Amino acid sequence: MHRFANPARFLKIANAVLPWAAGLSAVCFAAGLYLGLFASPPDYQQGDTVRIMYIHVPAAWMSMFTYSTMAVAAAAALVWKHPLAEVYAKAAAPLGAGFTALCLLTGSLWGAPMWGTWWVWDARLTSVLVLFFLYLGYMALVDAFDDPARGNKAGNILLLVGAVNVPIIKFSVEWWNTLHQPASVFRLGGPTIAASMLWPLLLMAAAFQSYFFAVVILRIRAGLAARRVQTLRLGQAN
Amino acid sequence: MTSPQLFTGQDLLCLRGGRLVFQDLDFQLAAGGCLTLVGPNGSGKSTLLRLMAGLLKPLRGTIAWGGVALGQDPEAHRARLHYVGHLDAVKASFTCREILAFWAGLRGAGGVDAALAAFAIDTIADVPGRFLSAGQRRRLSLARLAAAPAPLWLLDEPTVGLDRASVALLEGAIARHRAGGGRVVLSTHIDLATPGGEVLDLAAFAPVEDDQDGAEDAA
Amino acid sequence: MLRLILRDLRLVLRQGSDATAALMFFVLCVVLFPFGVGPEPNILTRIAPGVLLIAALLAALLSMERLFQGDFEDGSLELLLLSPLPAEGVAIAKVAAHWLVTGVPLLIVAPLLALLLRMPADQLGLLVGTLALATPLLSLIGAVGAALTLGARRSGVLLPLLVLPLYIPVLIFAAAGLDAGLSGLSPRPHLLLLGGMLCGALVLAPLAIAAALRAAHE
Repeated sequence: MHRFANPARFLKIANAVLPWAAGLSAVCFAAGLYLGLFASPPDYQQGDTVRIMYIHVPAAWMSMFTYSTMAVAAAAALVWKHPLAEVYAKAAAPLGAGFTALCLLTGSLWGAPMWGTWWVWDARLTSVLVLFFLYLGYMALVDAFDDPARGNKAGNILLLVGAVNVPIIKFSVEWWNTLHQPASVFRLGGPTIAASMLWPLLLMAAAFQSYFFAVVILRIRAGLAARRVQTLRLGQAN
Repeated sequence: MTSPQLFTGQDLLCLRGGRLVFQDLDFQLAAGGCLTLVGPNGSGKSTLLRLMAGLLKPLRGTIAWGGVALGQDPEAHRARLHYVGHLDAVKASFTCREILAFWAGLRGAGGVDAALAAFAIDTIADVPGRFLSAGQRRRLSLARLAAAPAPLWLLDEPTVGLDRASVALLEGAIARHRAGGGRVVLSTHIDLATPGGEVLDLAAFAPVEDDQDGAEDAA
Repeated sequence: MLRLILRDLRLVLRQGSDATAALMFFVLCVVLFPFGVGPEPNILTRIAPGVLLIAALLAALLSMERLFQGDFEDGSLELLLLSPLPAEGVAIAKVAAHWLVTGVPLLIVAPLLALLLRMPADQLGLLVGTLALATPLLSLIGAVGAALTLGARRSGVLLPLLVLPLYIPVLIFAAAGLDAGLSGLSPRPHLLLLGGMLCGALVLAPLAIAAALRAAHE
C-alpha cells in the first residue's frame, strides 16, 4: 500500500534527526532555564516576574510558527497531494494548540502582577485567543469524519481559509483595540534588550523549536503506524 | 493511441478509506456501446462509476474521452454525462414536473413532457415528491436521462425499486440511446437486456496481496 | 445559476420553516436583551449596535447548518456538482439564495428592533447600510463552514466552532461603524473596510466552498 505514500525516505531522515532534536532540546532547556531563572538579572521595573517571559515569548513564537507551517503543509497536500503533508498538519496541530494555550496561560500569569488583572482585552492577547480557537476548530473538524481522508481534506481547506483570515483578524483586533482602549500598558523593554536577557530567551526559543521537531517526528511516526495498522486490518477483512 | 471516439480508462487504481479497491483496471467504450459492471458488494462498481463521472480522481491511471483526460476539461465532461446514483434527488415539496424541469433546465433542455411519458410518470406529473413511492422516485430520477440529451449515461444500480414493466421501459430507453450513438455504463444485480453490450467483472481487478509490505517494514 | 437561486427560493417558500425560524430567533434574541440588562434607555442605546449585530450573526449561523444539508442528503448536491454549472457557481447561487431568505428579511426587521432598543431614528439608515454589507459576508463565511462540515459527526457543534472566530472581523468593523455613527463620527472608513472584505470574500469564499463541496463527494 505504501508504494503510493512512501514514507520510507522520510522515516530514515526523521529517525536520524530525532535523537539530535531531542538532545538539543534537553540541553537548551537546561541551559535556558538555568540562565533564565537563576543567572539572568531581574528586570529593574518588573522584578522576578520578568522571568515568565522566557516561557511566554517562545511559546508565542511557536504558536505562530506552527500555524504557518501547517498552512503551508495544507497547501502542499491540496495542490501536490503530498501524503506526508497532511500527516504533518495533523501531527503539529495539538502541539500548536498546546503552545498557544501555554502562551495564554503564562500571559495571564504575567498579567496578574503586572497589570493587576488576569485578562486584558489587549490586541495581542485577543488575537492569540482567536488563534487558539482556530487550532481547536481544525482538530475538531479533522476528527469529525468516519473517513480520515475526508477529515484531512476538510482540515486542509480550513487551514488555508484560516491562513487568509489570520492577518485580517489580527488587523481588525488591533483596530478594535485602539478604538476602545488606551495604548497597551506594557511593551517589551523597547528595541534593545540586555544581552543577559537575550541569551536565555534565544536558548529557550531553540529549546522549544527542537522540542517541537522531536515531538512532531514522534507523532508523524505514530500517525503513519496508525494508518498502516488500519490498512492491514482492512486487508484481513477482505 | 486511442482513437478520438473512445471513452477509455487505463491502468486505473483506486484507494477508498485506506483500502485498495481495484487496480490495473482498463476499459474502453465506443459510441453506441454499453458496459455492464458486475462484481460482489464492495468490489468498486459505484467507485468506478464515480471515477467515470469525475467525482473521484483515480490514484493512478487516466480516464479519457477521445484521448483527452477528464482532468484537463472537467466542464466538457460534465456537460456530456448523465449520472444516476443511489439517491434520487427528489424534493418533497416539488412536483415531478417541477423537479424534472429544473434538472433539464440546468442543461438547457426542455423535453419534460416527453421524458415524463417515456418513464410512465406523466399520470403523476403534478404529484409532489413526498407522495411518491420508491419505484416512482427512481423512475423520476431516470426521466432526467430522457429530458436532456447527453452522450454518456452512468447508471449506478438503476433497476433498484423498479417493477418489471419499468425495467422494460429502461431497457427501451437504453436501446434508443445507443441506437443514436450514445454510450451507457451501468452496474446491476439483475439481468438487464443490453444486446451487444460488454460485461466488466470487477472481481478480476481485486488487489492481490503482495510482498511489498514486508520490504517497507525493513525501511 | 439564476435557475438554482429561483429553485432554492421556491423551496423556502414551500417549506418556509428555516427562514422564518432564523428571523424569529433574531427578533427574540434582541427582545431578550432589555430583560437581561434592564430597561434604562442609555444602556440600551449604548449596546444596541452590538446586540443587533450579534443577534444577526447567530441567526445567520442558525440557518447555515441546513444550507447544503438537504441537497447533500437527497443527492441533489451531487447532481449539481455534475451539472454543467461549475462548482463555484453552485456555491454562489446557494449563498445568494441563503442571503435573500435570511439576510434581507433581517434588514427589514432590524430598524424596528433598533427603535425598541432606543437607537436614534437618524441612525437607522446607517444600521441598514451596515447590515447590508455585513449579512452577505456572514452568509459567505458561514457557507464555507457549512460545506466543510457536510457529513461530519456532530456538525451542529462543529459549525459554530469553525465559523465564529472567522466572524470576528465582520463584527468588529460593523460595530465600529455603528458606534462611530452614534458618537457623531464618520462611519465611512469602517464601511469601506467592510465593503473591501465583502469583495474579497465574494472572490475567495466560493473557491473554498467549491473545494469543500467536492471533497464532501469524494
